[in-house]
Amino acid sequence: MSAAPGQTVGPFFHLGLPYDGDAELVPPGRTGAIRLHGTVYDGDGVPVPDALIEIWQAAPDGRIPREPGSIRRDGWTFTGFGRAAVGDDGHYTFSTLVPGPTEPGKPPFFAVAVFARGLLDRLFTRAYLPAPEGTDALLDAVAADRRATLIATRDETGYLFDIHLQGPRETVFLSFPRHRGIWA
Amino acid sequence: MTTTQADIDREIRAGQSEGPREHQPRLDYPPYRSSVLRHPRLAPQPVDPEGVELWAPVFGDKDVAAAEADLTIQHAGEPQGARIVVAGRVVDGDGRPVAHQLVEIWQANAAGRYAHLRDQHPAPLDPNFTGQGRVLTDADGRYRFRTIQPGAYPWRNHVNAWRPAHIHFSLFGTDFTQRLVTQMYFPGDPLFDLDPIFQSVTDPAARQALVARYDHDLTLPEDSLGYRWDIVLTGSHRTPLDPEEIQ
Repeated sequence: MSAAPGQTVGPFFHLGLPYDGDAELVPPGRTGAIRLHGTVYDGDGVPVPDALIEIWQAAPDGRIPREPGSIRRDGWTFTGFGRAAVGDDGHYTFSTLVPGPTEPGKPPFFAVAVFARGLLDRLFTRAYLPAPEGTDALLDAVAADRRATLIATRDETGYLFDIHLQGPRETVFLSFPRHRGIWA
Repeated sequence: MTTTQADIDREIRAGQSEGPREHQPRLDYPPYRSSVLRHPRLAPQPVDPEGVELWAPVFGDKDVAAAEADLTIQHAGEPQGARIVVAGRVVDGDGRPVAHQLVEIWQANAAGRYAHLRDQHPAPLDPNFTGQGRVLTDADGRYRFRTIQPGAYPWRNHVNAWRPAHIHFSLFGTDFTQRLVTQMYFPGDPLFDLDPIFQSVTDPAARQALVARYDHDLTLPEDSLGYRWDIVLTGSHRTPLDPEEIQ
């Protein structure tokens, strides 16, 4: 089967994608709530003011959420999915929980999708928690000087994860097996 | 120096003759000027999906109200323009229906204006049309929206640049790697050849996968024309025999 091509979200995605509570997987300030935040930069190191970030993650116990309710949040159900449009300063913020390992010994990560005006298709990456331990196929495969682009850093409220679409600190973006040769 | 449509046409033609014809958009596609500083220069890292990547978020009836599938009834009055039906089926790369999954759309109004602060196109806003909708696919992957035929609109990529009429679509599959945001176009649009966003997909057959077809069986008598747009996502990385999927 031939997969439909992606197209940019364009400049007006705020009309269709953001919704109330989209970036609050848990209410900010709730016990255990942490902040995952960062800035999206272009190839000149200038913040991108019209980008949108999605995260999808395991619960703190490593369980992969199977409950609906990401769009109409009830404040109690952890659905694992969040969406945040950046501000004019290119900065996004999620209020969420720390993801746990989905298998013993696997370093936990947030799965991240990046969208922007000017970006013709979505990009995938991962935000690992600081100081990932154990063996990890991705972290082991990436050149040492680029590995840090996949790892969030700790700050006073949680984790900082900047995204560079291009440039000397370009984030490592991912391609998955079924993305390749899709028209073959 | 101003860039004309003729300049962009030349760049589009050059892009088609260079390198292989690609089925996904070229992220590095200079005819779309905004892409120049916003595409990765390094090759993506091949990796096998793990953990959450093998699953997609779950959406349910509590997330989406039935009325959100009808963009013509979200205000007190009737929106301006021609009512249309847009319907189709979402399947994965192996042809399996993507059931009970979220489809989101947004679009310009009949005059080609988005209900968005950053849209400065001096075409009228329509107080009875927002241009945003959501629906869940059914057990067979089918979705259906009622909306208004969107207008083409100018943008500032180059002098006298116009986007072909389109509806933005956001889709989820059964695993997160299938996430797709794209645009649906209408058949026979004279702006196709001129549009660097559409032409960023350099394979002509792949571009056609973004074009809906007129479907008289979807047309409602005395009411609205019908367009059918079936959407194929990439393949799932999970085996279809995962116990959770046998229900």
